[in-house]
Amino acid sequence: MSVADKGFVRLEGVTKRFDDLVVLRNVDLSVDLHQVVCLIGASGSGKSTLLRCINLLEPVDEGRIVVDGQTITNGAVDVNAIRRKIGIVFQAFNLFPHMTVMQNITLAPRKTRGLSKKEAEAGARELLARIGLEDKSNEYPDRLSGGQQQRVAIARALAMDPRLMLLDEITSALDPQLVAEVLNLVRGLTEVGMTMIIATHEMSFAREIADKVCFLDQGVILEEGPAQQIFTEPREQRTREFLARIIEAGRL
Amino acid sequence: MGKFLHLFFSPLGLRRAIPQVWDGFQTNIKMMLIAEALVLVFALVVAIIRGLPGRTTFPLRAIAIAYTDFFRGTPLILVAYVFGLGLPALQLAVISNQSLVTYGVLSLTIVYTAYVTEVYRAGIESVHPSQRMAARSLGLTYAQTMRHVILPQAIRRVVPPLLNDFIGLQKDTAIITVIGVTDALAQAGFYSNDFFSYAGYMAAAFFFVILTIPFARFTDHLVKERERRERAQLV
Repeated sequence: MSVADKGFVRLEGVTKRFDDLVVLRNVDLSVDLHQVVCLIGASGSGKSTLLRCINLLEPVDEGRIVVDGQTITNGAVDVNAIRRKIGIVFQAFNLFPHMTVMQNITLAPRKTRGLSKKEAEAGARELLARIGLEDKSNEYPDRLSGGQQQRVAIARALAMDPRLMLLDEITSALDPQLVAEVLNLVRGLTEVGMTMIIATHEMSFAREIADKVCFLDQGVILEEGPAQQIFTEPREQRTREFLARIIEAGRL
Repeated sequence: MGKFLHLFFSPLGLRRAIPQVWDGFQTNIKMMLIAEALVLVFALVVAIIRGLPGRTTFPLRAIAIAYTDFFRGTPLILVAYVFGLGLPALQLAVISNQSLVTYGVLSLTIVYTAYVTEVYRAGIESVHPSQRMAARSLGLTYAQTMRHVILPQAIRRVVPPLLNDFIGLQKDTAIITVIGVTDALAQAGFYSNDFFSYAGYMAAAFFFVILTIPFARFTDHLVKERERRERAQLV
């Protein structure tokens, strides 16, 4: 690994407030190129906000975020250019309901990367084949299952050739039997070396694919380490309590 | 009863009134079509301006808000007088030399743009913020997000209330008669003066009604068609 690949994404002292509520408190995080980092923690612990800050969907109040050697939080960057390099997938899919699957996937490549319709559609067809939905390209999202919609949302993000993917609890809105198809797709991304930051409640999945797991508690990364260590011998009391509750709920 | 029928619905009276009122009604149709086309465009522009982000756009937004507030609150008949009688009285080049129909269209457009702006705005605000977020997260600009993601969804949602305002506009073309446009209502008035019969007004009412009904059905059809297309499997 070269020096540049180390700390491909870096958060330094990031603080984010919503009015009086501190959602992220002095957060430091470093993600190397090709690394998969999972964020775990209770709802409201700041996982989603952290991802949204990296994609500049939320401005940070203090600290800085560096992606690929470029500080993106100083207000002097082309926000749209940064976002094109960073794909994000949301819990609620957020596909465009008035567009077909094909249109959903090709919109951004055509409008922001200047691809012709033909080029964009060729790329989209490749992606659709990869996610196993070639036959759905002319469907509207409401004709698809939740799992299929989420796979399309992932393909839509991948169509921009992102250097980093942010996944925000992407299986939380899915029926249990649809979770596997989405997780398999993410597993495929780890195999091609995609750098990813994943907020998730799927602990066994996190344990399987994460190079590093971060436990967030009340806006602070309370503990981070290799998956094996976090899940088997967590150092912090709060981490132990959180994992105990997860085990109780039968999700690990 | 006999007197009523005679005054309003005498067959001879209607037969004579209908062609005469139709002459005037063509002017109503003309004003309506031009005003509606202009309103569709201008109202969208004002609605977009009202929703612009950022502090620097505040003056633009303020103008848009003042405009909608003012013209939604002003009676059309008053606006028609001001433009139809006032502008010619100014004796300015171009501005004062337009036809009465033009002043009529101007009045209708200005007043109804203020209404329809609010309709568009409600539609824009009804699109869930997560749609905007998803579009922006892909690197689309504010304008691209508006154009490709927000507006298509917003506009399709506001078709029924938009139609409602247009039915109002169609009827209100009759108000323009006060500045001297020879429309259906004016012709009906001439007719009643000449023949002592209200059949002219009945003929005018008939024309206005048969214009709005197909309009309403057509829009229902459009909405259904689009829903069907979105739900149907396209191959």
